[in-house]
Amino acid sequence: MSAGIDLDNVCCDFGSFRAVDHVNVNIQPGEFFSFLGPSGCGKTTILRMISGFTDPSSGAIRIGGKDMKGQRPNQRPTALIFQNLALFPLMPIWENISFGLEVRGVDKATRRKKADELLALVDLPDAGDKMVSQLSGGQKQRVAIARALAVEPSVMLLDEPLSALDLKLRQHMRAELRAIQKRTGVTFIYITHDQGEALAMSDRVGVMSQGRLQQVANPRDIYNNPVNGFVASFVGENNILPGSVQNPGAGIASFETAIGTFRARLGDQSKGDVKLYVRPEHMTLLAAAGAENSVPVTVADVSFEGNFIAVQGVTANGTTLTAELRNDGSATVPAPGTQMHMTFDAARAAILPNTTGA
Amino acid sequence: MQDLLRRYGAALTAAFILLTGFWLLVLVILPNITLFEASFRPYLPVVDVGGPRDTYSLNNYAKILDNSVDGSILGIPVHMPVHILTFLLTITYSALVTILCFCLAYPLAFYLSKVVSPRSLPTLFLMLFVPLWVSEVLRAFAWYIILALKGPLNWFLLTLGLIDAPVRWIAGYDGIIIGLVYTYVLFMVFPIYNAIQSLDTNQIEAADDLGASWWRIHWRIVLPHSKPGIASGAVMVFMLSAGSLLVPSLLGSPNSNWFTQTIQQWMLESQDWNTGSAYAFMLLILCTVFVSLVMRLFRVKLTDIAK
Repeated sequence: MSAGIDLDNVCCDFGSFRAVDHVNVNIQPGEFFSFLGPSGCGKTTILRMISGFTDPSSGAIRIGGKDMKGQRPNQRPTALIFQNLALFPLMPIWENISFGLEVRGVDKATRRKKADELLALVDLPDAGDKMVSQLSGGQKQRVAIARALAVEPSVMLLDEPLSALDLKLRQHMRAELRAIQKRTGVTFIYITHDQGEALAMSDRVGVMSQGRLQQVANPRDIYNNPVNGFVASFVGENNILPGSVQNPGAGIASFETAIGTFRARLGDQSKGDVKLYVRPEHMTLLAAAGAENSVPVTVADVSFEGNFIAVQGVTANGTTLTAELRNDGSATVPAPGTQMHMTFDAARAAILPNTTGA
Repeated sequence: MQDLLRRYGAALTAAFILLTGFWLLVLVILPNITLFEASFRPYLPVVDVGGPRDTYSLNNYAKILDNSVDGSILGIPVHMPVHILTFLLTITYSALVTILCFCLAYPLAFYLSKVVSPRSLPTLFLMLFVPLWVSEVLRAFAWYIILALKGPLNWFLLTLGLIDAPVRWIAGYDGIIIGLVYTYVLFMVFPIYNAIQSLDTNQIEAADDLGASWWRIHWRIVLPHSKPGIASGAVMVFMLSAGSLLVPSLLGSPNSNWFTQTIQQWMLESQDWNTGSAYAFMLLILCTVFVSLVMRLFRVKLTDIAK
């Protein structure tokens, strides 16, 4: 039913512009895999190459172990959900859903039955005879999913399908998509620029920048152990400090910056131009200086965000650092102008190469 | 109206409205009313006009039922009044012209709107438009020369060895059909082009991705979407063809007769403007009825076309 996908050294050039640059990744059968990156990073091109609308300039794409070279989109075991959904406005919903079956010569009664089953699956019973224009954004979304599922694809390809929905609906559809994927067991490949979506839904995430795959890992590792500055700053917030490594080696190293020397984790690839990355939620605010990795700041701004409180502190040389305190009732909110210290755990800070993107 | 005033000021707005009104009233409505009124009156010597014999009747319209003859429409033998036969032949061949125009225009319109790169579009449009800059008379004459028995087309086909003897192209209604298709095909291309242009390319790709063959993509996605464009193109081509006088006169053969030629004979040769007017209105009304019936058959509404 579901199939794995191998991208083997795939490149795609548009004229002199290399949209996809030597991408290698093995996506497991039944996996929910997201390509995450800013617009123009090549993620949509990857999707179009897998679905067959664009040919790779070099490299191979295999679906279920079978080389897809020369296979037209209508010959591939994939179903693509377009960013704008591309439902057929002149057909009623049930014909939209069963279009892929109509193409395969299935008789009308069977098609109708299958369409109704799929409508039940996506939680839209009784919508079969409506027209596309009568549905809301979220309902259209479900119809698009049902239409793609109708052809029983081994791989579903989704091109930012939630980007047109409002926030609440988007969060609801995230859970829905994940549930449908689990129920059907189909391999999902999901394209998005929204890190929240990618982290919340995926088994694994591939972060892309400038046509290259920067890191492939599960959401937790992407967030906690980014391999470079691009991944660290594209996924989540950071306090970024330029500086240089003092005693390189494995594990923890000293890092000299304009506001002091700190101890932090040194990534394997840390060479050349590196910076120190500390997430705001890993910063702690103390009244007195901490044992290590402590820097005195003047509280400049406090903003209350609901579930957390963001405190901005300015160091003696004018560098701004941000700490986010969980709003669990125990946090003491400092007043602007207060002299305090910001510290962080060496294990929670990373020295990362600044090579790509950002 | 308010918008017009704000944008162009009172003087220009007044000019727009007056000119449009003048065109509509003096050049369209008044002449038609005059002819319509005349069509119910008998053709009389000048001294009798306005006299006791000048009364309204349907006699002019009834003339279409005179003189039954034997003839054939698309090979089916018929026996009916000669002018009705001419009318039926006119709408039959106009319908054929419309179908031929569609067959030529649809692939071209699809190619222009979805296949060709936007950069070469201006050049292609220019190539389509250039023939329109030449007068219709000249174009019809050009075809008269091309289709002549010893003309370039026959020479070309003979040289290539595709035919053994020259073909008499201007025979029966063949010349008229060729001429009308050439003259009016663009009226079919542009509405369909506009319609297909507005189709989201993702829909074509979605159908492709779901496994549809190219003909099914056209049958289920592109054709239904372009139906309003096809309808407006078809109405234009059909009405223009049925109302064309120049092409049937120049490219017709001794055994072809177009209804407009019958009207012309009444008007110019018989000098009977009253009967000519009656025939002209019959052409207008019957064509409108025919078009409405066909539109109903294909489930197209007038509002779709207006889009």
